Amino acid sequence: MSGPLLEAEAVSKRFSGIVALSDVSLHVADGEFVAVIGPNGAGKSTLFNCLSGVLRPDRGTVTFRGRSLERLRPSARARLGIARTFQRIELFGGMTVLDHLLVADRARTRRGGLWSDLFRGSRPTSEELERCGIVLELVGLTEWADRPAESLSLGKGRLVELARALMCDPALLFLDEPSSGLDRHETAEMSATLETVSRQHGTAIVLIEHDVPMVRRLAERTYVLDYGQLIADGPTEDVLGDERVRVAYLGDNS
Amino acid sequence: METLLENAVRGIPTGCVFALLAVGLVLTYKTSGVFNLAFGAQAYASAAVFYVVRKDHEWPLLWAALLAVVVVGPAIGLLLERVLFRYLRTAGSMAKLVTSLGLLIAIPEVVKLVLGDESRKNPPPLWYVMRTDEWLWPRNTSIVLDAGQIATIAATVTVVVALVLLFRFSSLGLRMRAVVESPRMAELNGVDSERVSMTSWMLSSLLAGLAGVLLAPLFASLNPLDLFTLLVAALAATVFGGLTSIPLTFAGGLLLGVLQAVLAGSLPTDSILATGLRPALPFLVLFLLLLFRPGLRSTREVTDPLATVEAPPPAPVALVRPHWMTVGTRAFGAVVVALGLAACWFLLDGYWLGLVISGIILGIIMMSLIVVVGMGGMLSLCQAALAAIGAFGTAQLVAATGMSVLGAIVIGAVIAAGVGALLAVPVVRLDGVYLALATLAFALMFESIFVPLSWVSGGAVPLSVPRPLIGPIDLADDRWFLLFAVLCAAAVSAVVIRLREGTTGRFLQALQTSDVAAASIGISGRRSRVVAFTVAAAIAGFGGGLMATYVGQANYQSSFPYLIGLVWVALLVSAGARSVQAAVLSGLFFFLFPAILTRLFTFPGNWVESNPDAPSWVASALGAIQPNWAQSVAFILFGIGAITYAKHPEGSIEAQTATSVGAIVRWVERRRGDAGTGPSDPVPPPSPEVTDAPPLAGTGRPTADSGSPG
Amino acid sequence: MTAPVLALDHVDAAYGPFRALFDVSFEVRPGSAVALVGPNGSGKSTVARAASGLLAPTAGAVLVDGKDLTGEPAHTFARAGIAHAPEGRAVFATLTVAENLQLAFRGAASGPGVRAGLDEAFELFPRLGERRNQVAGTLSGGEQRMLTLARVLVLRPRLLIADELSLGLAPIVTADVYRVLGQVRDAGTALLVVEQHLDHALSLADRVVVLRQGEVAYDGTPAGLGDQSSTVLLPTGVPGRVDEAGDLLGGGS
Repeated sequence: MSGPLLEAEAVSKRFSGIVALSDVSLHVADGEFVAVIGPNGAGKSTLFNCLSGVLRPDRGTVTFRGRSLERLRPSARARLGIARTFQRIELFGGMTVLDHLLVADRARTRRGGLWSDLFRGSRPTSEELERCGIVLELVGLTEWADRPAESLSLGKGRLVELARALMCDPALLFLDEPSSGLDRHETAEMSATLETVSRQHGTAIVLIEHDVPMVRRLAERTYVLDYGQLIADGPTEDVLGDERVRVAYLGDNS
Repeated sequence: METLLENAVRGIPTGCVFALLAVGLVLTYKTSGVFNLAFGAQAYASAAVFYVVRKDHEWPLLWAALLAVVVVGPAIGLLLERVLFRYLRTAGSMAKLVTSLGLLIAIPEVVKLVLGDESRKNPPPLWYVMRTDEWLWPRNTSIVLDAGQIATIAATVTVVVALVLLFRFSSLGLRMRAVVESPRMAELNGVDSERVSMTSWMLSSLLAGLAGVLLAPLFASLNPLDLFTLLVAALAATVFGGLTSIPLTFAGGLLLGVLQAVLAGSLPTDSILATGLRPALPFLVLFLLLLFRPGLRSTREVTDPLATVEAPPPAPVALVRPHWMTVGTRAFGAVVVALGLAACWFLLDGYWLGLVISGIILGIIMMSLIVVVGMGGMLSLCQAALAAIGAFGTAQLVAATGMSVLGAIVIGAVIAAGVGALLAVPVVRLDGVYLALATLAFALMFESIFVPLSWVSGGAVPLSVPRPLIGPIDLADDRWFLLFAVLCAAAVSAVVIRLREGTTGRFLQALQTSDVAAASIGISGRRSRVVAFTVAAAIAGFGGGLMATYVGQANYQSSFPYLIGLVWVALLVSAGARSVQAAVLSGLFFFLFPAILTRLFTFPGNWVESNPDAPSWVASALGAIQPNWAQSVAFILFGIGAITYAKHPEGSIEAQTATSVGAIVRWVERRRGDAGTGPSDPVPPPSPEVTDAPPLAGTGRPTADSGSPG
Repeated sequence: MTAPVLALDHVDAAYGPFRALFDVSFEVRPGSAVALVGPNGSGKSTVARAASGLLAPTAGAVLVDGKDLTGEPAHTFARAGIAHAPEGRAVFATLTVAENLQLAFRGAASGPGVRAGLDEAFELFPRLGERRNQVAGTLSGGEQRMLTLARVLVLRPRLLIADELSLGLAPIVTADVYRVLGQVRDAGTALLVVEQHLDHALSLADRVVVLRQGEVAYDGTPAGLGDQSSTVLLPTGVPGRVDEAGDLLGGGS
């Protein structure tokens, strides 16, 4: 049993009168695979944004390895080892797949900068290329490395986002609907990759998904949000069998 | 207390002037998505028509006003929409802003060409002056309104009420807002986007015409620059209204006018505060509002969810260009530069040599725009001011300490970098349009507060800067100075290219295309942007110091006024905001092109003089061509250049490079293919995914895809 | 026999240099439901766009109720009774929820009118009713989808085109949407549904059109598709992975 990695206690957030989150607590242990599900507008993405620093919660605390994250901006949290992908795919324009990974690697190692650009040059070193190569292999994008990321399909694009996040060598990875918009083949590819990441690298993953089979396959524990409140949490199978979850989220035919 | 109130009331007419312009801008922004810096230029066009028919043709007031406001105003709007902005509907706000910058430069010159330069004539009052103190107020008060001011107040209030009604209650208002956001989605809702868009432009241009006719009498002479400066002053009210709220904008305009009048009444008239601060007040207010008004920083640009219906943009040259081509291009460039240098050295006379030197120095200043605009994605409109700081720094250091000019230029660049960094820290938090406005406000504040100060500019007489001596070489010889300038330009371009290709450039590119994603991998946007802004300021300052050294004095009015700075931005962005050769070429173009045109336009006159027997119609036709058209024509073409930015966001020179690189690569491949020996294909072949299926949502641009924000 | 509501006649389409559709022909008869399926990148959305006038075909013709509307602007299609819910968050982000719907109902050729339409939309998606005066850009992704769908479901057009219908929706909402789609069809609206989840699509459709790399690979009844479905829906070039995909997803959604 590993220690707690991320602890969010009683996080609340309001937007001009509307309660988006109220007293939501979430705990993730090292290497754990956790899912967050819930109806549309239940506050799942808001929770992610509060945890990754895009939004600042009104109340509640978020700690990472015992350290408070309260005043840290998203870029600072990323440097601590918290990476994420986006529901609406966010790739960098004018860059190849490999460039995406190199940029992330440079941001992590903090190699490069004004002086080194000017006086030492900025070609990728062999170690950098090796690190990128490992991640490319992992997500299965090796043969696409030199392609402009914009020319890829949505499924490949989501894998590029994942690879970019992995380059940060994260201890914790937030994935916001990684299968959204993918066809079944691409979804299968994504699931398999996530399984590898979780098993082989011991990265803790928090997943938002509407694809219930994918959640069932991947997540050990599941949290269910409805109207900004936690209505259930526990082992995935138990939660998916819960009557309240059935009524609020799954409906009859699942 | 009495006088305070009186002063406040006296500010109301001016406040209405600000409000009318600001409301017009907000209307254009709301209904067309364009932050139309050319609004003042459109107003100028209508005003010029009004005065020509009033004075030269002696039309009655009503008919002249109707022609200028109801016919000419909307006609300009319709024209702009049809030939220009309809292609820009789905473009980003940056492209639209640059286009309006181009129009701002081109429209007044077109008007001058068509109607003649009216700026020297005094416009007549609107109608005979009836003063309110004769019939409304007791004679002993000092509050005086004339008929023009009353008309302005009445028109402003009417316009505000009408627009509030339009947006609150009419379906046209709703349709206009929908079309701005996504013309295609509006179409799916059964809305004829074309017609709505034309209506929007005609309506906002009508307002521009109204503003022009009402405001022109405020000035001693009708001048597009005055109108633009007034427009920038009115921007404070626009920002006060958050670019959306018409009532708030109106209130902001009134407040601004009142504040100005109260300050004018209470400040001592002979202090530096009164002379410097009073004209700068609106710019100061604008700057502070931009920094401190809540809600401006969090606005993310709204993108058309259906943008993917368009063809995807072409891949940047850097991605398709193999390494050997990069090396080849650079070698070719070096040869061209060397040959050009030799040609200038041996062939050019003093006049043309001077223009070439000025052009190359301007090329260096343009390179600062590459760093801040092209790489950083920040449309800075104050690079001319930063260059001026470098020039003043150089001149002051040389005058005060007698140090070497070269050292002074470097220290001047450092001073400019310092000012740039101080400015950058608050400003880089702002998005697109707001950042452009903040830098514009800074440029105007600099011009009206700091330039007159003697410790900055040396006062009324510009400070002189001697030419330096490097060892045995005396740079007082223009040919040696040319060589020196070219070496400086080469050094600066090496710096720019290294930064662009390096980690700094990559981080900036990441930030430019997706801020949130860059933050998610640990890139600090603020830090990277401040660095870019500071480096750009240093380069601009360096160029400014060189310019002062070449000219022999740090002369703000002739070298660095802010409007010239806007022309530079328009020119560079349309040539290619990321390309070093585009910077140098547009610098050269800026100085050489008007000179060449002047030569061209003197030929017909000379020919007529030397051929007295030519048929009279030929003589009169040719004789009508004036050499002083050159400046106008050049500026119109510069403006049109910026307008083409819409079609080639990567810049025309960059687009040209892409085409020729593609052609050369294909040619080489074919040769290699024939020989059958070439290494594997340097350009990845398009996969089935690219050719057969379109980059649909999500695969094309990162903005248009399924999913949700937080 | 009446003319089909929509007929695509040998349609080619392209995005700039990228060709997307090759010689696509099919029809949607009044009151029928057609499911458009295929792997990502096969051109489903492009067909939807060609059918609603968003994208003009480079060759071929698009007929609505027998009338040739090829090359007409999209609002002509809308006024002829075609309502298209594009994929993704197709809402006006700066307008409120109510304004989004007002815009749709005011310009519509059919539907219950503005006031009744709003009531109906909020009854269908109570979530939207709670947020009626909120700016649509601040809704969550799923709520924006609801708004997109509410617009076309309430209109009762001649033909309803829904692209990636269940994308990003909670399972319970997806079930609701399909229930309402059934009602809308029974009320006489023809449907053209682009869907990733085959089971849903086939439960509703009386015809299936399968696209592969921009061409029609199958056009017929759901039953006729039979066992081919898992093969037909795979992207080209990866035949070896049929089993994996089938195993993973066959049982779930």
